Amino acid sequence: MAELFSKKNNEALVTPLFKNNPVTIQVLGICSALAVTSKLAPAVVMGLSVTIIVAMSNVIISLIRKTIPNRIRIIIQLVVVAALVTMVSEVLKAFAYDVSVQLSVYIGLIITNCILMGRLEAFAMQNGPWASFLDGIGNGLGYAFILVILAFVRELFGSGTLFDIPVIPDWAYQAGYINNGLMLMAPMAFFLIACIIWVQRAKDKSLQEE
Amino acid sequence: MEHFISLFVRSIFVDNMIFAFFLGMCSFLAVSKSVKTAIGLGIAVTFVQLITLPVNYLLQTKVLGPDAIVPGVDLTFLAFILFIAVIAGIVQLVEMVVERFSPSLYASLGIFLPLIAVNCAIMGGSLFMQQRIAMEANNSQAILNFWDSVAFALGSGMGWALAIILFAAVREKMEYCIVPKPLRGLGIAFITVGLMALAFMCFSGIKM
Repeated sequence: MAELFSKKNNEALVTPLFKNNPVTIQVLGICSALAVTSKLAPAVVMGLSVTIIVAMSNVIISLIRKTIPNRIRIIIQLVVVAALVTMVSEVLKAFAYDVSVQLSVYIGLIITNCILMGRLEAFAMQNGPWASFLDGIGNGLGYAFILVILAFVRELFGSGTLFDIPVIPDWAYQAGYINNGLMLMAPMAFFLIACIIWVQRAKDKSLQEE
Repeated sequence: MEHFISLFVRSIFVDNMIFAFFLGMCSFLAVSKSVKTAIGLGIAVTFVQLITLPVNYLLQTKVLGPDAIVPGVDLTFLAFILFIAVIAGIVQLVEMVVERFSPSLYASLGIFLPLIAVNCAIMGGSLFMQQRIAMEANNSQAILNFWDSVAFALGSGMGWALAIILFAAVREKMEYCIVPKPLRGLGIAFITVGLMALAFMCFSGIKM
């Protein structure tokens, strides 16, 4: 059992959460991170779906990595990922239809989410299944973490709710408080992620560029 | 004809792939350090979009849609796998054709083509097309026939190219600015994209 949580495996699980976060440091998977975060519920579902898909596809590719011919590896990776995404999308349609309508095309776009291809290329092609599984979980959770922060801020200030439950009291509205509609629009998503990057790099000077 | 033009203009400015839907952000941020490479990638994306989207339109309406091949059979759940296979295949094909017939074009575009297979703007375009087929005819976003899908492909590709070229131009000038240390690189890039998205929001009032 000691080997299962060796130092290297632990690193694969923990570093993507903060120090090597897929969104803010590796700059992968920005598209969906910004698009699905105007409400918390779809953001959480998206984060979980990506975590499951990254972990599963990492394991599958890692198991067959020695038999994949190098020239067509991208197509094989895409087909494995597309099959997994189709399964997740069908499950969502069956059990969480409202959320799957809100996520619209972005659930299908997990296929071209750079986190998947990036992790498959950089990690699963060189490492064993268990380490790849942990790496997938770590990167998925690191991605979900950023999504939840963004969605929390955007939903709280944009519509005054969390998980669609009103949290801003009525007297605040009567006193003249107004929801900031811009929070739900595209530009604010860009500004917020810039703020997250700013805070993270101000705290850890080794991440700064140039 | 009117619908064709309105769909084309709308998908460049109002439904811009980057500023309204955040599609293709990865290569947008990575390959926008100089205007020259941005133009190359922009043209390559437009080109691939223009080929793959109409092909996927035919695939969706003639093969996958409800009652398309066999009455009573709906194969839409296969769309993800088939769309991505079509995109990867066509990108490979385009790469080979360009290499064979125009080595100079290949030298300037060749490195971008493999990137495009996993560009969300291409896959996203096909998935939006799938959604828009089901829309009502009076909706200005609806795709009603083959030529509408061509208009949407051309418009969304050109919108993406326009966005990356503008952004690269801003970024080239930004080399000379003094930016706070933690914001350098990625941080200021996001703020710039945000400001450009604000500017593009003013197109959303256009009625056609």
